Amino acid sequence: MDRGRPVGEVLLSVEGVSLAFGGVKALNGVSFDVYQHEVRAIIGPNGAGKSSMLNVLNGVYHPNQGTIRFRGEEFRDMDSHHAAKLGIARTFQNIALFKGMTVLDNVMTGRNLKIRCTFLEQALWLGRARREELEHRHAVEEIIDFLEIQHIRKTPVGRLPYGLQKRVELARALAAEPVMLLLDEPMAGMNLEEKQDMCRFILDVNDHYGTTIVLIEHDMGVVMDISDRVVVLDYGRKIADGTPTEVRGDQKVIDAYLGVAHA
Amino acid sequence: MSEGIETLDTFPKLLMHHARVRGDAPAIREKDLGIWQTWTWREFADEVRFLACGLAAAGLKPGDHLALIGANRPRIYSGIAAAQCLGAIPVPLYQDAVAAEMAFPLRNAEVGFAIVEDQEQVDKLLEILPQCPSLKHIYYDDTRGLRHYKHAELESYDALLSRGRESYRRDPAFLESEMAKGRGSDTAALFFTSGTTAAPKGVVLTYTNLIERSKVVADWEKITDKDVVLAFMPPAWIGQNIFSYAQPLVAGYCICCPESAETVTTDMREIGPTYYFAPPRVFEALLTQVSVRMDDAAAPKKWLYHHFMGVARRVGERIMEGKPVGFFQRFQYWLGDLLVYGPLRNVLGMSRIRIAYTGGEAIGPDLFVFYRSIGVNLKQLYGSTETSVFVSIQPNDRVKPDTVGPAVPGVELKFTPQRELLIRSPGIFKEYYKNPQATMEAKDAEGWFHTGDAGYIDADGHLKIIDRAKDVGALKDGTLFAPKYLENKLKFFPYVKEAVCFGDQRDKVCAFINIDMEAVANWAEKRNLAYSGYVDLASRDEVYALVRECVEKVNADLAQEKEIANSQIRRFLILHKELDADDEELTRTRKVRRRFIGEKYAPLVAALYDGSQTVHIEAQVRYEDGRTGKISADLKIADARAFPPAAAMRAA
Repeated sequence: MDRGRPVGEVLLSVEGVSLAFGGVKALNGVSFDVYQHEVRAIIGPNGAGKSSMLNVLNGVYHPNQGTIRFRGEEFRDMDSHHAAKLGIARTFQNIALFKGMTVLDNVMTGRNLKIRCTFLEQALWLGRARREELEHRHAVEEIIDFLEIQHIRKTPVGRLPYGLQKRVELARALAAEPVMLLLDEPMAGMNLEEKQDMCRFILDVNDHYGTTIVLIEHDMGVVMDISDRVVVLDYGRKIADGTPTEVRGDQKVIDAYLGVAHA
Repeated sequence: MSEGIETLDTFPKLLMHHARVRGDAPAIREKDLGIWQTWTWREFADEVRFLACGLAAAGLKPGDHLALIGANRPRIYSGIAAAQCLGAIPVPLYQDAVAAEMAFPLRNAEVGFAIVEDQEQVDKLLEILPQCPSLKHIYYDDTRGLRHYKHAELESYDALLSRGRESYRRDPAFLESEMAKGRGSDTAALFFTSGTTAAPKGVVLTYTNLIERSKVVADWEKITDKDVVLAFMPPAWIGQNIFSYAQPLVAGYCICCPESAETVTTDMREIGPTYYFAPPRVFEALLTQVSVRMDDAAAPKKWLYHHFMGVARRVGERIMEGKPVGFFQRFQYWLGDLLVYGPLRNVLGMSRIRIAYTGGEAIGPDLFVFYRSIGVNLKQLYGSTETSVFVSIQPNDRVKPDTVGPAVPGVELKFTPQRELLIRSPGIFKEYYKNPQATMEAKDAEGWFHTGDAGYIDADGHLKIIDRAKDVGALKDGTLFAPKYLENKLKFFPYVKEAVCFGDQRDKVCAFINIDMEAVANWAEKRNLAYSGYVDLASRDEVYALVRECVEKVNADLAQEKEIANSQIRRFLILHKELDADDEELTRTRKVRRRFIGEKYAPLVAALYDGSQTVHIEAQVRYEDGRTGKISADLKIADARAFPPAAAMRAA
């Protein structure tokens, strides 16, 4: 693939991460790394532990074992708020937007962590609050322009079709100016055209903002087209790791997806 | 208008004039990142100066062609003006054309330079670059996605502009002298016509053509520098170009560029244009939207709407034209204006409109009267690229919906024995580019332009157009067959998007129908009619019944007109796909290419006439990215009732 920014150093490394819910081992000694500016996919059949992995990276779950390093620093007592502060943003498999609020307001919430002025200053609409609001609005408008959602700027999110809601969610995640963007099934439930649009936007984001992207996806075609490297999970274990072509030819991956005769 | 402007015979001279006399007034507005940004006349002039110097330094010479491809953006217009400063000729091209369609004009005009809007247009030009060896410089405005393009031909508009700025600072006199060299008789621009039948033709228009026509109409309609226009049609269409480039430069008014094609409605409400031009289909789409939303409204609102629309239909037009209306009716209309028409105009963004034109094709009488009755001064005009648009316009106080009004000052009209309209005016084009043969056919030695339209002048001196002269044919029994007239009657129903009628040299008239997806889908939803998509919906018996009703209403109408009563539509079918300009079935201005469609769907036409009840079709479709695919379907054919011609002694 013709890349704008060269793939850089290791941004995130996951070593021997295990996560158990009671007796169920959701993740079992998974290790992989993510380079700067790359598009990294995590794939696997249902229940393979993909979403659990994403939730670990996001600080929602704490692994029972193993270490995670983000920009060389080890994750300790991580929670999602802290993860956001470090520059990790995410979207959700089942859209988590404020349905009653407009697209603009929803994307503005993505700027939450960037707001410096106090609650009181905002309430009284003092100079600093006003200046900040303008800056944030400008940043948000650039993202709205980037993702081509100008025409729905003032529309309540609940009234939008699914594909557009997904795009709004991406916009909100981008508003936080993340270093790393976690996308949980960004194409789920989309038709072909919406998928193509979304692919283009993901690649554009990666190219234009240089954002590192980690995505979970079911649609193999999409994954193979846009990812630089792919991790394959099955029953909580990593079974393959490499470029799309390497992974595609891997016998273990084929078995995991198509099933294997247990004779 | 200030003194001295009469002597300014080119657009660059007019631009510099406005920069002097109204330098701080807005010239162009563009919505960018959600905020309207303004270029004043002075800023516009500066941009043009710098750009022109940049282009000159890059090698653009007098007489060279510069292509402009993009939606309405200030920089497309500054590109046009910059080329003209240097005596070069701007060639605006349709931004929604596919790459292959752009190759002909680029080759034909030996275009060496292009200013384009974004990556989409750059990709298209790069695709056809091997076929267009003359094209050496492509400048793009929006840099998004283009950072990694390494082609030698590519450069950003900004880079060009900053080089131009330096070169202008070094030697400002160069440009002034270049601009002074321009003469009214020079070529101002080259517009490619959409070409209904053959390859597109480049229409050469001079400064005098465009400036004289713009000025006459601006004076006639009292257009001033206080007017505001929203530019949302393709700038390559003369109808848009004259309202957003030629006339503003004559009258000094401000044009506004919407944020994107999807935001036009919102932008229109925010801007509140006073002067407006759109083809009928835009007005139709707006009305469909209103009707659909009214259908969903609560009962009291519906009642209010229907009641007051009734009042408006009865007296609205008379009130606007200042004719006598009774006090009680006047009061009712006033009340209606308060409750319905005012808010409706506001929703449509038409609150401030003084003059709205429509043209390019026929407009349905119901549609036309709707806008006039709610207080929008909508008028029809007649013209084409070859006539610098303005030939005839309906006057403010005497609008007859079935005509296009009397000739505007300076225009002479006459007809050939075959009813073809001939025009002579100062706006008549110079020639077709590199096509003396076509020029000779279209423009005779005395300067009469053969429009190819058939029509006549009615008792009040208003021009009435019925069809293209070459399309007017006859049935086997000798009945006059004017296909477009029939198609337009069908298209005036909200459920019919396009229609194609056949009948020349045949024993009866048959038609292809394209349903309007939005309207029919809504209708289906109300009836709990489930369907999986366009093809499925179009083949439903219920939908056929719906369309048959429309066809039969047209037939009943036709039965009233003695000369064409026999051209009632006997059989029809609903097409499985929308006719599309990408499949060459429509022109870029969305006129049906009847002959092409007749050949492409020959088996369907045959089935219409051989009495079969269904027909199988396999067709090739072209997607937006230029790839092709196949779809197949079984189409039903339906019969429609015809009515006996009205008795000769019918009560009027």
